[in-house]
Amino acid sequence: MNALSSSILGLDAVTAVLVIPIATAALLALLPGYRMTARLNIVASFLTLLAALFLFFGARPPPGRYLLVDDLNIVFIVLNAFVGFTTSVFSAGYIAHELDIGRLTPANLRFYHAMYQVMMFGMNLAFVSNNIGLMWVAVELATLTTVLMVGIYRTHEALEAAWKYFILGSVGIAFALFGTILVYLAAQAVVGTGYDAMVWTTLVEHAAGFDPALLNLAFIFLLLGYGTKVGLAPLHAWLPDAHAEGPTPISAVLSGLLLNVALYAVLRFKILLAATPEAISPGPLMMTMGLISLIFAAFMLYRRRDIKRLFAYSSIEHMGIIVFAFGLGGSLANFAGLLHMVMHSLTKSAIFFAVGHIAQIKGTQRLSAIRGLTETHPGLGWGLLAGVIAIAGLPPAGIFMSEFLIVSSTFAKQPLLAIPLVFGLLVAFGALLLRLTGAIFGQPRGSLAPAEASYLPMFLHLALVLAAGIYLPPPMVSWFQHIANLLR
Amino acid sequence: MTGSVFDIAHMLAGGLVLVSMMMLYQDRLYALLNVFALHSLVLTLSVGWQAVIQDAPHLFVTAAIALIFKAIIIPVVLHRMIRQLGIHREIETVVGIGPTMLAGLGLVALATVVMLRVTPSADPIAREDLAFALSVLLLGLLIMVTRRNAVSQVVGFMSLENGLVLAATGAKGMPLVVEISVAFSILIAFIVIGVFLFRIRERFDTVDVRALDDFKGRRRK
Repeated sequence: MNALSSSILGLDAVTAVLVIPIATAALLALLPGYRMTARLNIVASFLTLLAALFLFFGARPPPGRYLLVDDLNIVFIVLNAFVGFTTSVFSAGYIAHELDIGRLTPANLRFYHAMYQVMMFGMNLAFVSNNIGLMWVAVELATLTTVLMVGIYRTHEALEAAWKYFILGSVGIAFALFGTILVYLAAQAVVGTGYDAMVWTTLVEHAAGFDPALLNLAFIFLLLGYGTKVGLAPLHAWLPDAHAEGPTPISAVLSGLLLNVALYAVLRFKILLAATPEAISPGPLMMTMGLISLIFAAFMLYRRRDIKRLFAYSSIEHMGIIVFAFGLGGSLANFAGLLHMVMHSLTKSAIFFAVGHIAQIKGTQRLSAIRGLTETHPGLGWGLLAGVIAIAGLPPAGIFMSEFLIVSSTFAKQPLLAIPLVFGLLVAFGALLLRLTGAIFGQPRGSLAPAEASYLPMFLHLALVLAAGIYLPPPMVSWFQHIANLLR
Repeated sequence: MTGSVFDIAHMLAGGLVLVSMMMLYQDRLYALLNVFALHSLVLTLSVGWQAVIQDAPHLFVTAAIALIFKAIIIPVVLHRMIRQLGIHREIETVVGIGPTMLAGLGLVALATVVMLRVTPSADPIAREDLAFALSVLLLGLLIMVTRRNAVSQVVGFMSLENGLVLAATGAKGMPLVVEISVAFSILIAFIVIGVFLFRIRERFDTVDVRALDDFKGRRRK
């Protein structure tokens, strides 16, 4: 009886994770007045976070035909809800300023807030779906809402970015759906026609009998399709523009969350492929794409003049590292990959919080106009410095630890690949140092207006990253290790 | 599996590839829209035929969507939009028609070789459908890449999506096909009617994506 009631509660939490955002979206679309809608946005994001935490600590519902909560996706769900919540807090302050200077109208804002919640719904649905077709729909929903938000300023640049994102995104859409159809076809021969052949848990159970050739081809399409959204080179072209031209809260969730959603989809199919003995090993493909993205983005960092674009390339770099780690496989590399993903999400969104306020104060995103922040705006300056130290992989932040683990497991498994990996890391490190020391320490320049920033989200993220770098609680380590073993 | 069932399915799916190839050499927007309407019509017939031979009545819904929405409404709306907005009626291509056609042939050959090789054990109709669908998909991509006008890129995307619907209906008993085609239709309606063209029109005199590129050239990096 008790088990039954707790499993019902678990199911309710899953429903809540989905229903809260979509119901709020409908409400936000109807309500006027930005103050109230911004607050409602925060409250709804907080409730979603509570539901996610409840799901994490409470009992889980058994896997159904459509929804699934397991050890892998719960981490993504909690991370998603957490960053979604902190970003909504940041967004409230940021958007108020945009409204003041007239870059956005109240009608834009209504649209913006509704879309924010639709995006959260899409991402949560992608995580909890147990059906590869449903997952595809959810990933696309989340992507398309961000396309609309990237274009919200209606400037030439924003339209260009949104159009490019849309065109490349639709290529990704097409490839991913074609891959999904191929997986269905491979499964249908074994599982039988109908819904069961798209249910992920059933697929993994029967994967050993699937036609390996068909599955190989499917994985290539899926990797290209979802890889476009992860921002892997050479399909990354949309990413820097979308980050630079959209509102900064959207840059934060793009880097911190949406890239993870696509990565999660790739990981699901990787597990499927690993369960089919004769299929190609997905590792080498992922390692190659990861390394190319890392090295390419590392060099591209040098030529950036726009601060948001700079950090967008840094996201490509880090997604490359993460995909490389998962491609390498083995429990240590998977563990490091997961840890790196969580740390990157937290750090990168914290950096974007700082960058958003900085760009608003200076009225520009050009790096040459941003100088000496520690003197003029100590809170933002030191916050940005802490973020940059963390993202560059310096101790004691959590990214140092995950990068260290990735490099050491590469030495253990593929010593030759460690050379390009370390090379890429060092090049990126140098670029960040070169580009950002002036912005943080140089002679102050530009507007000195005081910051009306809410520092809480930024420092909360940074504190978590720092804490994880110094001390990871043992239960968390064993939890991550458990997932790492699941991933094989 | 009788011969004629297979032949008709084969002919309709092959016809879709042929119409995709026809899109490649259109140099007028109106003509391109007409060919796209034909494309959707062939898709309707193909999906309808699949519904009959698979005994899957829900596929008729997909066929109806293809017919009403993509073969009639979208081309008509785009026609009107072009007239009202005074968009350039010529299609500007990035590379010439000849090389594009050659590339298209290459892509069809590639799709056929790849798909037929990996699916020897699959049901013959599904197998051929997938090969044709992949061809249509790649040709759609080619149209999107080689065209500069926003409208013709959208048409390329829609033809690509027709290829996906063909693949999804060819895979026997695949669930969510109807839902996916509805979702795609909403997406297209969204794009076509609302946001992009409207906004691009709002800011530019031409719905030519190159105007966006020009702007990009002047700025940054």
